[in-house]
Amino acid sequence: MRHTISVLVENEFGVLTRIAGLFSGRGFNIESLSVAPTLDPTISRMTIVTSGDDRILEQVTKQLNKLIDTIKIIDFTGEDYVEREMALIKVTAEESTRAEILRICDIFRGKVVDVTPKCYTVEVTGSPVKVSAIIDLLRPMGIKELVRSGPVVLGRGPKGWKSG
Amino acid sequence: MKLTGSKILLESLIQEGVETIFGYPGGTVINIYDDLMGSSIKHVLTRHEQAAVHAADGYARATGKVGVAIATSGPGATNTITGIATAYMDSIPMVVITGQVPTGLIGNDAFQEADTVGLTRPITKHNYLVRDVKDLALIIKKAFYIARTGRPGPVVIDLPKDVQIDKAKFEYPDKVELRGYKPTYSGNMRMIVKAVKMMLAAKKPVLYVGGGATLTDSHAELLKLAEALQIPVTTTLMGMASFPTRHSLSLGMLGMHGTYYANMAVTSSDLLIALGARFDDRVTGKISTFAPHAKIIHVDVDPTSIKKNVRVDLPIVGDLLDVLKKMNKKLAEHKDEVAQANLALKPWHEEVAAWRKDHPMSYKPSKKEIKPQFVIEKLRELSNDDAIVTTEVGQHQMWTAQFFDFTQPRTFLSSGGLGTMGYGLPAALGAQVAFPDRQVIDISGDGSFQMNSQELATLVQYRLPVKIAILNNNFLGMVRQWQQLFFDKRYSQTCMELPIDFIKLAEAYGATGLRASKPEEVEEVIKKAFDTPGPVIMEFKVSREENVMPMVPAGAGLNEMVLAS
Ligand SMILES: Cc1ncc(C[n+]2csc(CCOP(=O)(O)OP(=O)(O)O)c2C)c(N)n1
Repeated sequence: MRHTISVLVENEFGVLTRIAGLFSGRGFNIESLSVAPTLDPTISRMTIVTSGDDRILEQVTKQLNKLIDTIKIIDFTGEDYVEREMALIKVTAEESTRAEILRICDIFRGKVVDVTPKCYTVEVTGSPVKVSAIIDLLRPMGIKELVRSGPVVLGRGPKGWKSG
Repeated sequence: MKLTGSKILLESLIQEGVETIFGYPGGTVINIYDDLMGSSIKHVLTRHEQAAVHAADGYARATGKVGVAIATSGPGATNTITGIATAYMDSIPMVVITGQVPTGLIGNDAFQEADTVGLTRPITKHNYLVRDVKDLALIIKKAFYIARTGRPGPVVIDLPKDVQIDKAKFEYPDKVELRGYKPTYSGNMRMIVKAVKMMLAAKKPVLYVGGGATLTDSHAELLKLAEALQIPVTTTLMGMASFPTRHSLSLGMLGMHGTYYANMAVTSSDLLIALGARFDDRVTGKISTFAPHAKIIHVDVDPTSIKKNVRVDLPIVGDLLDVLKKMNKKLAEHKDEVAQANLALKPWHEEVAAWRKDHPMSYKPSKKEIKPQFVIEKLRELSNDDAIVTTEVGQHQMWTAQFFDFTQPRTFLSSGGLGTMGYGLPAALGAQVAFPDRQVIDISGDGSFQMNSQELATLVQYRLPVKIAILNNNFLGMVRQWQQLFFDKRYSQTCMELPIDFIKLAEAYGATGLRASKPEEVEEVIKKAFDTPGPVIMEFKVSREENVMPMVPAGAGLNEMVLAS
């Protein structure tokens, strides 16, 4: 099963390797990981998508908690949350396909952010499922390059992580 | 006043109460060594950095204090790895200081550069690269705090050479706050009350005690609990000596080379109370048949240990000593129920006694050959009650656990989790430094001894009268045993073809060497060794193909013990 967790860590030298090393050393999966500092620059927030049964997830969260640099873990399993991912997609844009690309872009509320005579770069944001869907639709036109950010998530409602 | 980083380091160690450190010099720690000359800190120069770390580990296990070791960058640091991993697996409080190339050269493949923080990350509780001398005192404070609190463990401080030279104002912080690290000490009362109820109601309870009991010095409270409830006690290798083996409630060790009666008791038990133990695979055997009828209570300071390998019915996160004290207090309030529970356990005690009678821990004595188990028994008989025993890894280690009959806490130091050959001699060295007046004995195999035999020099130099008992079977015995049992006696690379003259070896270092080749010589050699000042090697030519029995074959259940080979 797929789980999304947020990990608030000390924004210290080497903290990313500690987290990544924990996953590889203990044989846990990382499907995606994104990280950047929070409002408080001494704290970084990671969003990790991992997979495994409940027992594994319990170990993942406990082991993460055990790291000295980990301040808080939020497990979104079974919670109500907003999840967004961004992708940049470089797609071949021939005379014959340009209109179709723009139409698909429109449906997914994507934007063309770079244009050359033979190529469009599309920016799209949404749930990972939505991002996968637009990729599937653009694939027949010829995707030259693609980058996905991995999802970031936030719990719904007024509470912040410090109060919750 | 401003001090150099190297002076700050030494001053901070003094503030932490450190009296002795174990180490080995080199280019990137030369400033620290220079300052050591005028310092009140005693430095013990081992002959290998691995030994320095094991010695700090032995010192820590024997005293309960944080052990400290120091090594230079690059090869010095990589030599510490086995020692650090050994301490990590057994949760030993330790701070290891390594030199590093100057900050400006880090990442340049500089001479004697190794990424020590990267190398030690998975085998430390935490580690630090100090990049600014202004952070140094606080980092040391944090390192000691982390090493000794919660589930203890080794912490590495990597200290670049320029940081040792740079100056900063020195003020040792008296408090430390780590927002990401707040171990739970106090056991939850509601859970403890539940646990007590379960213990009072159990018909076949077993206390399963691990290294947590040793680390928290819980032996007295453990004894109180076991005696109050009359619950049989089995210990792991790491819990050994926290409960006296000769006590009528003692089942000895459980697991792969545990006693038949401990393993049968666990298998039949209806309530297993795990105290500071982590259900290691050498303890549980096949998980699916481990304690199949038991409800499990698990007390541990480390939440990750709970439900890692086995299902747990009642988890209690907390310091074992705190939890045991609370349990005993609760029991004192329920005297009548305790008396009733005691009565109800009579059939259980009879069942356990029958297993004990059927298959006691034993071996076939011999008049012709020296049986290794006989040597262990004689060592126990002739040594003091408070003698500290270390072991290496292999058959001799298991025989020590099975036959030495430990009575006092912190008297058995052995590498349990990592199983490091070469641990015992330097660990004995560390223990002897901590307790110059107590007997310290390293029980060794001929294989393991040769992994750190250079430490004989350190023993002689510092007049550390460690007694070394080598059970010489001219084999890597434990591996040979597996080859005999599971690989058709194909002894691939386990025969130590070259016989070593251990007496000459001892003498070359200025120590004493004694040898026993016949059973009747054993007692004499041991007595003589104990009467000889300074370090002594006792070599016992033991029966070569003796096996450690009983045994749970790898992958089998605890109830599938092989009793003799
Ligand atoms: C550093 C290290 N290398 C290899 C092993 C694997 N190993 C476990 S026991 C053993 C044999 C030990 O032989 P010896 O020290 O002579 O003791 P004996 O078993 O004969 O009592 C070996 C090689 C180990 N535990 N540690």
